[in-house]
Amino acid sequence: MVGKSLVSIDDYSKEDYLKILELSAKYEKNPKQNILQGYVIATLFFEPSTRTRLSFESAVNQLGGRIIGFSDSGTTSASKGETLSDAIRIVSNYSDLIVMRHPVEGSARWASEMATVPIINAGDGANQHPTQTLLDMYSIKKTQGTLEGLEIFMVGDLKYGRTVHSLLMAMSKFKTTFHFISPDELKMPDEYKQHLDALGLKYHEHKDFTDIIAEADILYMTRVQKERFSDPIEYERVKNVYILKNEMLENTKKNLKVLHPLPRVNEITVDVDENKKAYYFTQARNGVYARQAIITSILGLNK
Amino acid sequence: MKDRKQLVVSAIKDGTVIDHIPAKELFRVIDILGLDHIENQITFGTNLDSEKLEKKGIMKLSGVFFKQEDLDRIALVAPDVKVNIIRDYEVVEKKVVEIPERIERIVKCVNPMCITNQEEVRTKFDLVTRHPVSIKCYYCEKITDANSMEIISSG
Ligand SMILES: [Zn+2]
Repeated sequence: MVGKSLVSIDDYSKEDYLKILELSAKYEKNPKQNILQGYVIATLFFEPSTRTRLSFESAVNQLGGRIIGFSDSGTTSASKGETLSDAIRIVSNYSDLIVMRHPVEGSARWASEMATVPIINAGDGANQHPTQTLLDMYSIKKTQGTLEGLEIFMVGDLKYGRTVHSLLMAMSKFKTTFHFISPDELKMPDEYKQHLDALGLKYHEHKDFTDIIAEADILYMTRVQKERFSDPIEYERVKNVYILKNEMLENTKKNLKVLHPLPRVNEITVDVDENKKAYYFTQARNGVYARQAIITSILGLNK
Repeated sequence: MKDRKQLVVSAIKDGTVIDHIPAKELFRVIDILGLDHIENQITFGTNLDSEKLEKKGIMKLSGVFFKQEDLDRIALVAPDVKVNIIRDYEVVEKKVVEIPERIERIVKCVNPMCITNQEEVRTKFDLVTRHPVSIKCYYCEKITDANSMEIISSG
């Protein structure tokens, strides 16, 4: 990991995941240290994502590092027609590590070839967002005590949701049984099901989840967006099927936790927030520790 | 029969003969091999009858010899070509082509949102399956398959 970019969740092995999760727990116990003192981290957000940027900046600031960067390409040279590769080469001179978010798919991999410092991909369009996956895994490990052999239920937009795809790829290394709950138009793509088939892992597909979540260890909710549907009538028909309400959690397992990458719109009703099984706000906090673990690992600062 | 073929495309003394090119792919093969940039004598035949293909093309390149890795690039559009190396009018070596594990530059990524379609970035793919061919973009990680494959240029 040391000195290497983190662009895609597949860049790390199972051992790497476990090492990051172990370190995340260490940083959670002791998130304020001076380990990044003297380091400059660049956060280049070519598209706005306040939540992700704040999480990274909080992670760095708490460890005593300095942040340079921008949060909207409208204020930078990118709007004057400068190429991404020029921007990355220049910022490489000013920083020890670059965190970048960019709307174009593959931009982070390209940047990692141009940069002379490591890149952390904080989202490249619909493609990858590996630190989200690692914080999801940390949340799962922390609440379940293990990553092995869990029943993970994924709900909502499983076709376009990059977070569920990355989580599936990563968790497929831990003998997970998956349940996919989505409207027909937003089903888990075949390539991911083939990946599970090749590993001999079980998965089940459902169209609604009212009566089937009793077995779940993790309920991973995502948003069903209107613009993903070719037929607006179909959207109107299914839009309420994928909403989690508090009473649906009644007969579920004690250890069940509800995760969501946030921001939430209406796919989890607010009455769920008070339920002990709701975990999405803690999940967001875990993101800070996971990012501290990732940044310090890449910089080789964990002895 | 043999003599009639000779009339269509004449023999060369030294060089390379590429046969069994699907006729509709002839121009893409020319493009991939960069033949529009060389000054050697080249003779083409196309829309010839073939037992194996519907219509085939053939090209004879006088004084031109390719590295295997360059020849392999045409396997994306013409996987069944027969390549003969000619020395002093004799076939001294027969070659076939194979799609390489890493494909650079010649294919366009199917994903319009990919960095390779947004900035001047050379495409790079890893081979996923050979039959039918599918390749994965090194940058955006999307799969481009045989149906959506678009050849860009020789580069
Ligand atoms: Zn691509």
